[in-house]
This record gives sequence, C-alpha cells and structure tokens, in this order.
Amino acid sequence: MVSKSPELEHPKPAFGWAARDQSGLLSPFKFSRRETAENDVAFKVLYCGICHSDLHMTKNEWGVTQYPCIPGHEIVGIVTEVGSKVEKFKVGDRVGVGCMVGSCRSCDSCHNNLENYCPKMILTYGAKNYDGTITYGGYSDIMVANEHFIVRIPDNLSLDVGAPLLCAGITVYSPLRYFGLDKPGMHVGVVGLGGLGHVAVKFAKAMGVKVTVISTSPNKKQEAVENLGADSFLVSRDQDQMQAAMGTLDGIIDTVSAVHPMPPLLALLKSHGKLVLVGAPVKPLELHAFALISGRKIVGGSCIGGMKETQEMIDFAAKHNITANVEVIPMDYVNTAMERMLKGDVRYRFVIDVAKTLNP
Amino acid sequence: MAKSPEEEHPHKAFGWAAKDTSGILSPFHFSRRDNGVEDVTIKILYCGVCHSDLHAAKNEWGFSRYPMVPGHEIVGLVTKTGSNVMKLKVDDRVGVGVMVNSCKSCEYCHQDLENYCPQMIFTYNAQNHDGTRTYGGYSNTIVVDQHFVVRIPDSMPSDGCAPLLCAGITVYSPMKYYGMTEPGKHLGIVGLGGLGHVAVKIGKAFGLKVTVISSSSRKEREALDRLGADSFLVSNDPAKMKAAFGTMDYIIDTVSAVHALAPFLSLLKTNGKLVTLGLPEKPLELPIFPLVLGRKLVGGSDVGGMKETQEMLDFCAKHNIAADVEVIQMDQINTAMERLAKSDVRYRFVIDVANSLSQSQL
Repeated sequence: MVSKSPELEHPKPAFGWAARDQSGLLSPFKFSRRETAENDVAFKVLYCGICHSDLHMTKNEWGVTQYPCIPGHEIVGIVTEVGSKVEKFKVGDRVGVGCMVGSCRSCDSCHNNLENYCPKMILTYGAKNYDGTITYGGYSDIMVANEHFIVRIPDNLSLDVGAPLLCAGITVYSPLRYFGLDKPGMHVGVVGLGGLGHVAVKFAKAMGVKVTVISTSPNKKQEAVENLGADSFLVSRDQDQMQAAMGTLDGIIDTVSAVHPMPPLLALLKSHGKLVLVGAPVKPLELHAFALISGRKIVGGSCIGGMKETQEMIDFAAKHNITANVEVIPMDYVNTAMERMLKGDVRYRFVIDVAKTLNP
Repeated sequence: MAKSPEEEHPHKAFGWAAKDTSGILSPFHFSRRDNGVEDVTIKILYCGVCHSDLHAAKNEWGFSRYPMVPGHEIVGLVTKTGSNVMKLKVDDRVGVGVMVNSCKSCEYCHQDLENYCPQMIFTYNAQNHDGTRTYGGYSNTIVVDQHFVVRIPDSMPSDGCAPLLCAGITVYSPMKYYGMTEPGKHLGIVGLGGLGHVAVKIGKAFGLKVTVISSSSRKEREALDRLGADSFLVSNDPAKMKAAFGTMDYIIDTVSAVHALAPFLSLLKTNGKLVTLGLPEKPLELPIFPLVLGRKLVGGSDVGGMKETQEMLDFCAKHNIAADVEVIQMDQINTAMERLAKSDVRYRFVIDVANSLSQSQL
C-alpha cells in the first residue's frame, strides 16, 4: 500500500512550518487535517508558544521524532467547527490544546484523569496517531482535536500570554499540587528561570508560597524579584549563598533539563523536603543515598498534567491573573527564536503570532 | 588531660571494640556514666549485628572514631532506674536502638521524629554532650535516657526481637510514611538480608502482595516457602524483569552496595515509589526520564522515632513477627562480620552477650 503524502492523507488542506530532519530547521510545509469527527473540535490557530521540547523534538534529541515534524503544543485559537456530539464547545469559543491529543480512555491512568501517564497517550505532534498518520502541532493554521483534549480559555485570559500555560503552566502547576508544595507559608525553590521557571514563580506565589529562585545567572535577579514576585534569589554557583540557604526549603521545582548536580539542591531542602524534576536531563544524575536518607527527602518527577487538571490550572491562572511573559514573533523568525531559546535569550517564552504571520 | 575510656565514667564496663579501620574487634575495657534521674541502666542480653556495624567498624563512611564499640540492636533487663523514671522498673525487658539522645526541643523532637533531630546522638560512634564517645551494645551494660528505651512485648523472644530495633524500624517507618499499607497493593523488596527479610514479614502483615527481588535465585525457596513472599524475581534475568515492568506500587531497596536503580524504577507503576534504605559508599546513578514520565519518586528514610519504634514492636508482637537469627558467641564476632560481608547469614547474627561476653574476658 502506498501511504498518501501529508497533503493528501486528510481532507482539510492545512499549512504550517515543519522540521524535515535532525537539523531541526523549520520551513513552510503543506499538509492536511482530518475531517471534524463527531467528537472533534476544529479551530483556527491564533497563537502557539515555543516550548523547549519543540527544540528537543525537532532535533530528535529523544530519539522518538517522526518527520516531517510540525512542533507546537501550546496552541490557542477560536473554534470554527464542532462535531455532532460535541456539547462543551461551540463555534467562536476561545480554546487551547496542550501536549496531548489522544489517550486510550480505558486504563487506570485515563480513569483517574491522568491521561498524561497513559501508556497509549498520543502527543500533539511528532507521534503516530491511531490511524497511522503523524500528528502535527500548532505551528500551523488549523487544529482538529477530540474535545476531551481541548481546554476552554476564560475570557479574561489573553490568548497570546495564555498559550504557554498549556505546557509550561500545567508542567509546574501539577507537581506543586501533587507533591503538596502549595500550602500557604511553605517555602519553595524554583531552579531555572525560563519558560517553566517564571510561570512556577507566579503559580507558587498565587498559592501563598514563599518563593526563592535558584539560577546560574545573577543578572536575572532583579526581574525575578521585582517583576515576577519572587521573595529571594540564589545564585547556584555562589557557594556562600547556597550554604547560607541550606535546610530552608520545603520543596524545589527543578526546571533545568541540562545535566546538573543534585547534592547542592538536596542540601537546600529541609528534612522531609521534596525535589521535583520537570526538566528531563537525558543522562542520569548522581544520587547520594545518604542525602535522601538522613533527612527523609524525596526526589520525584512529573510530566505535564491530565486534562481535568489542565482546565483547573487555566481557570486558576485566569482567576489570579497569571500569564506568561512572552515575546511575540512572526512565523518566519522561528529558526532564530529556536537559536535564542537554546541560549536562554528570551524573557521567557516566544509565542508565534500564527494568525497574522503564517502565510502560505 | 582526657581520661581513658576506662576512667572517664564511674562504672566499669566491658565490651568488644574495633580499634582501627581493619574493623577487627577485640576485648575492650571502658566505663559507663552514673545512672542519672532520667536514666535506666540495662544489663545487655543480646545485641544484633547490623550491617551498619560493619560499615562503621571499617570507617567506610568516613566518620568513624576509634576505639568503637558497635551495636544498636540491644535487648536487655533493667537493673536500675533514675528517680524520674516512671514507665520502667527493674527487671523490665527493654530495647535500645540506633539513638540514645536528641535535643528534645526542636520541631522534629516535638513530632516524635527524634531520628531527624539535627542534634540526635547515635548509640555508638558519636559524641555525647559531655564530650565522651558513645559505646554500643557489643558490651555488658549500657545507661540510657528513658525516652530512648522501648519496652519489649512479653510474647517476643529476646534474640529474635533485637534486630527489630534497627532493621525492623528501618523498614516499618517508610512503609507507613510512604503509604505502603494498603492491602492488595504490590510491594517489591530488593535484597533479602537483615532488612529485607523483616520487610517481607511486615509487608505480608499489612496485607500487601510481596515480591522479593534478588540478584541470585538461591534464596527463592526460602523467600516463598518460609518467609511467605508471593513471588521472587531474579534481577539479573532481563526477560523476567521485563515481564514485571510496571507491576509494583512500591519498592523498598535494602541493598547497601552500589547498584543500578534504573531496572527497579521500571518495575514501578505510574506514581510508584522507590524507597532507598541502604547506604552505599559511592553515589548511585538516578535516571530522570522514568521519574518524569511516570511521576515516580525515590525517597529515603532513616530508622524511626521512639514512638514509632514502640508501635513497630507492638505491631510485630501482634503479628508474631520476629527476625530470623543465628545466635553467636561474642568471640565469634569477627568471623560473623566476614560472613555478613558475603551475605552469608539467614538473616541476622545476634550476639548472646549475657552468656558469652564475660567468658571472652578470660
């Protein structure tokens, strides 16, 4: 059987930018979207955030990428069509799609609103759909997704600054809740002040938590404290500062995906403290068992969040006026944006103005 | 000028001590303090040989000071009580575990978590407030603050109960803290030694399904037939390990040698928890992807507080749980240590102190 080209495999013509190979360079790409099935919602993409995962995926750093790869899983837009069985959404609604577009809907994880941990979960892009076609993400003009994987964006949350919450937001919100680091009066550290980190500061503050940002860059201190509301700032390379802060944190959300040492972070924790990693270094980190044992400390991980929690997070953000700090860019700036993101040169998320700048 | 161990306290004591990093133990004369108002004096009957005793005797963790009398799984009889001691009386059968003091005023002490008090004092190889060293249970007598003494339930055998004072609480405490007590859930136990075999018994008493994970199959029959484990997994068998991926709610890792964590993380279900209890000399490698993709966690735990230690003993008495022991004479201790290093014991050596220590003085 000859598989159809991306342009012909589905009935709705679509256009986006895709990476063709491991160079990760993106360029215009014609493809197609499926017909809006009875449980589907189709929407016109207005904005899409650029997540660091987009860079990892386009360059196949995790070894799982299907090419051509249209990235983008912080997608927001306006509903243009709903399937016949869709009741939660209607044309004109402001909606978003995050990192997933499918799951088995029948396993333990799915039954517990943890679709993100379903072994058959389907990523928004770069993955194989159940029908054998490749999923294409939000650096494109239209999206079609099952309504279960669509969230509503409240009216008071602007779409450009709300888009990054669909990945960055839920990625930090979920562990703050699951690991119980959301109690007023607690003291939580955030390692890394990028897309994830800056949103973590805002969520934690809104939960009544005292926040210390831990970063290798002293020049981010002023922003962290004055703009983002962090209570304090630790330069992780400064031994004296780190020493003085030992045993002060109830928890740490570690957003750094590069390999980095754990012992100094574990030392910052009080007894019974929790270090939660949301960035995923590809190499193992060194664990000194003594550091966990002597204080009954925990190292855990977390990966985005389920659909129910993603909606809860969006509603929480809307209620507390939490938005991402973004630099809006045109579609054809995307390769430059990727290079800048790699160097941490963005405060703190690029968001592609898809509707206005994606031109076939 | 500092007094010798024999002279620094008023009451003569005798035990076996390691004198240097060879870890070889030999007779040692020292002394115990006066019985203070809060203290009890204990004639030691039995003392378990914990793997930590071996690590410490050989300075494997780098903070040993010599001479060192190890032993923190102590069972004995009260011979004297201080004027403030109400809960205990002479001839009571009591136990002392890993700690003999703490600050009693910090948030941890107030929450019955003396084991996490920054000023907690270990039963041996630590410094007392008066500057003298603490000496452990490979000795004829010990004087301990009543708060750090537990009562041995009447139904428990002294020799089989001694190891519970470290091994028992070391596995019981994390099973409670990490929520490993839901009947029907699946617990994996890595390593079938002093800690592991007690964890099997306690796990079964909690109603858990228990799988023993071991590097060799030689312990399989014991694990299943005698200890009551539900299944046995050889960790060196890749096919069997793969078949067990994603089947366990929790894992207790008792292994103190350096080993790979990745295969054990794969055995966990989503949201699974791996608790590491062994103290290897070198760091372990922790892969992060499995933690993130499965929301798994790795946690530690360090013995337990005094209240929980008593609770653990009462729980074990209720469920007829005691350690499986090989009783030895004091002068066999060095051979026992060598065998322990090779895991050649089912599953704890316990020194018959009362009946063999004085003989060893001759």
